[in-house]
Amino acid sequence: MSAPSLAVQTALAAFDPVSALNAVSQEADWLGLRFACETHHHRSARNGHMESNQILQTRGVMIEALVEGQIAYAATSDLSPQGLSKAARLASEMARATAEHRRSDLSVQQRPASVARHQGPSKIRLDQISLEDFTDHLIKATQRLKVSDAIVTAVAEATLVESETHYVTTSGTDLRQHHLLSYQNFGAIAAEGGETQQRSLNGPTARCLQSGLESFNWDELLDECERTGQEALALLGAENCPDETMDLILSPDQMLLQIHESIGHPLELDRILGDERNYAGWSFVKPEDFGTLQYGSSLMNIVFDPGLSGEFASYAFDDGGAPAEREHLIREGRLLRGLGGLESQSRSGIPGVANFRSSGWNRAPIDRMANINLEPGNTSFDDMLAQVERGVYMQSNRSWSIDDYRNKFQFGCEYAQLIEEGRLTRVLKNPNYRGITLPFWHSLKAVGSSETFKMYGTPYCGKGEPNQMIRVGHASPTCLFKNIEVFGGAR
Amino acid sequence: MSANDSRIEGFRRLAHAAFAMLSGDEDLGLSFSAENQNYVRFNQGRVRQATHVDQQRVTLDFRQKGRRLVLGFDLTGSLPMDQAHLAALIGHARDECSALPQDPFVTPLENHGEGHEAHPGILPSVGSISNAVFNASQNVDLAGLYAGGTQIRATANAEGTFRSFSSESFFLDHSIYTVNADGENKAVKGLYAGNVYEEKALHAALSESCAKLPALNRNNKTLPRGSYRVFLAPQAVEALMGMLSWGAVSHGAYQRGECAFEGLARGDLQLSPLFSLKENFRLGLSPRFTATGTVAPEELLLIERGELRTLLIHERTAKEYGLTANGASGGEGLRSPEILCGDLDPSDALKRLGTGIYLGNLHYLNWSERKTARLTGMTRYACFWVEDGEIMAPIKDLRFDESLYRIFGSELEAITQNSLRLPETDTYQERSLGGSQVPGMLIRDFRFTL
Repeated sequence: MSAPSLAVQTALAAFDPVSALNAVSQEADWLGLRFACETHHHRSARNGHMESNQILQTRGVMIEALVEGQIAYAATSDLSPQGLSKAARLASEMARATAEHRRSDLSVQQRPASVARHQGPSKIRLDQISLEDFTDHLIKATQRLKVSDAIVTAVAEATLVESETHYVTTSGTDLRQHHLLSYQNFGAIAAEGGETQQRSLNGPTARCLQSGLESFNWDELLDECERTGQEALALLGAENCPDETMDLILSPDQMLLQIHESIGHPLELDRILGDERNYAGWSFVKPEDFGTLQYGSSLMNIVFDPGLSGEFASYAFDDGGAPAEREHLIREGRLLRGLGGLESQSRSGIPGVANFRSSGWNRAPIDRMANINLEPGNTSFDDMLAQVERGVYMQSNRSWSIDDYRNKFQFGCEYAQLIEEGRLTRVLKNPNYRGITLPFWHSLKAVGSSETFKMYGTPYCGKGEPNQMIRVGHASPTCLFKNIEVFGGAR
Repeated sequence: MSANDSRIEGFRRLAHAAFAMLSGDEDLGLSFSAENQNYVRFNQGRVRQATHVDQQRVTLDFRQKGRRLVLGFDLTGSLPMDQAHLAALIGHARDECSALPQDPFVTPLENHGEGHEAHPGILPSVGSISNAVFNASQNVDLAGLYAGGTQIRATANAEGTFRSFSSESFFLDHSIYTVNADGENKAVKGLYAGNVYEEKALHAALSESCAKLPALNRNNKTLPRGSYRVFLAPQAVEALMGMLSWGAVSHGAYQRGECAFEGLARGDLQLSPLFSLKENFRLGLSPRFTATGTVAPEELLLIERGELRTLLIHERTAKEYGLTANGASGGEGLRSPEILCGDLDPSDALKRLGTGIYLGNLHYLNWSERKTARLTGMTRYACFWVEDGEIMAPIKDLRFDESLYRIFGSELEAITQNSLRLPETDTYQERSLGGSQVPGMLIRDFRFTL
């Protein structure tokens, strides 16, 4: 018997969505069938021992039926002819039962016919890596994080996701997409003398890529773990971030959160249309703001970019079959376009993007972020520092909260350094800042050059009713904001 | 046999087939989760999306010679197919265990006996709920979610445990919006939930929500940041209490340096003598058993009169740190919490508040400094400025940054005499079970920062 790899062999019967759809196509004027299959491999080690080995597979179909201008959905993991027939009938009956009180008129116009195959850019597959080697490296990572007895917790976590979707419709769509994704979390908690501090590689689970095992360069990762452990120790002896209004430089691993909360969510068209008001909230952005609102400084260029190779939420088509293309949402600070798929575009008349996405086979698609990025500028990190007489450089998200209209936010970071007269000086603990979205983005005074541009993401963007957790990517350079209210921990 | 009973029986057959595949040095636990739900999403009283979800999922907890592997998959409903898939996964688990290092904190599976708890209900069809909501919200702007159907949780292991919990229930979680005299959007939040649906009760619940709108229609009161007396409605207290499941009452988190109540656990700090918290499974909203079949006590006092009695301890944490487990689930979060009531008559709450802020709901909470149990969040929905016990105006939303040691501790002035039962409304991946029993609270001094 050969040594086990990370791959898992199953006894799942093959499933053909095309013939499955053909067998139920009489149930409604129009039907769609989205087959989704994902295998999540989660491995984690803590303090020199493996803590968790999990392989979770999800596999099922979502059938959508269009009847009398309403689309309704039925999801099932029963892929037998009887199970699919029942789901198709239920979707059709629900569409009929709710058509009279539908929120808006829907049609096949919102489900364009497309035929394509798409494969993500991953290079090294799970079956090419030995389970034993991978496990050893995770354990080693926790040992390298533990640079001192003051490190009370050292964690190394890896998640690998094999994802396959196949979407077919009675109007001719046939789309298959395969992706391999990886998320990493390497972190240390240091405690001594009544103080406790955490530090991780770019924030917990910010290292998210559409990638195979090539994203686990263990020599680099282990060195980074040691640096992270040392930074956790440094935080123990650091002074609190001052309570002061001052200049703020944010690293790309915090910009990911800033972009996500104060640009991504408020631009979602379903929020602007009110769908989300009972859960995540509404938006300060009004339909009439598109094309007119100066969202931030002229240095600000925000794109929806589903095609940036390796970025976490890249794809070729959304879950309604719309081809995904790069679009400017904000150009030179001016708001141009919303984050809404064809249904929201039709309902609002606002230009959008292909972001009608679902979190899995058991959820209907809604407007989601995908890759939302801030384009690089032309300021090097050293030149950015030189512009700051007194300020703070913050890295790696630790805390996040924003209101339901996406105005008033407060974010915290793991690690900061004081900037004095253009130079990084002392390490600061408990760095936080707060602000209001539009004034904050108007205070953007320098955007880092492409050397500072980094890709991150999160698998945990929550939204929707029923709730959905989805993967998003954010790439950004380092940025400088002027006159921001920063503050530290309790005295 | 009901549909739920039939699914539980299917799981029993699958479990027995799985246990028959084991060899001498292997052990296996299986947990089962299923739902057959209708989800109807409303915007402006009309149906935005309607979804039926029928799903069944099994998770295997495979142990061999001190190794452990967890595997999960969606059932097809066909016993031969599911059995074949399960056999393949057990084979895979055996292969993996040959390559995995020993896990020093694996605990043996035990026989926790048999038990079944069922909560049947009467639920509306999708057509009738969409008609009822549409008709009841003709003159208001309603957004919300109806979720209704069956839910099952079950667990079995090769040592003999077999326990199940099933429920037929629904909720209509809703927000009703208005535009106030300043042209600002304002809303109230409401929840109609239960096992037996009645259209009359739905109308009554929506009417109760609408009754709060006139006060929201007044001009805003814009308050500067600073400290205020505050009354927290039960829903606002529930949001604060929800943060306790982010590590504050977990013994594992305490050992890892991630516990927001570290000072309380060490005995260095106390909460108010008015504050007591327990796990109370008598609420009947969630099963007492965990994924491994361990059965929690019907009640477990965690904080008594401001002092910690115990943190939640899962069996793995117990093994690692030499403790005794107390029925906690793997995440060591609250599953059926109750904050005990006090002596404040709710009808006197505004009078006792005097001048300050009534907070109906809070939004998007997160630790701002975990070590000091400091958290930040926003006011949301029906929040009012109160003067001399009278509601004067809705407030413009404020951000707070405050410590639970002050909210549930030094600044806690009174707790209401009665509490609300608030069923869980989370629906990530599947509809959640559980809920809480929470009173309102009067706080002397509460800090707003933006």
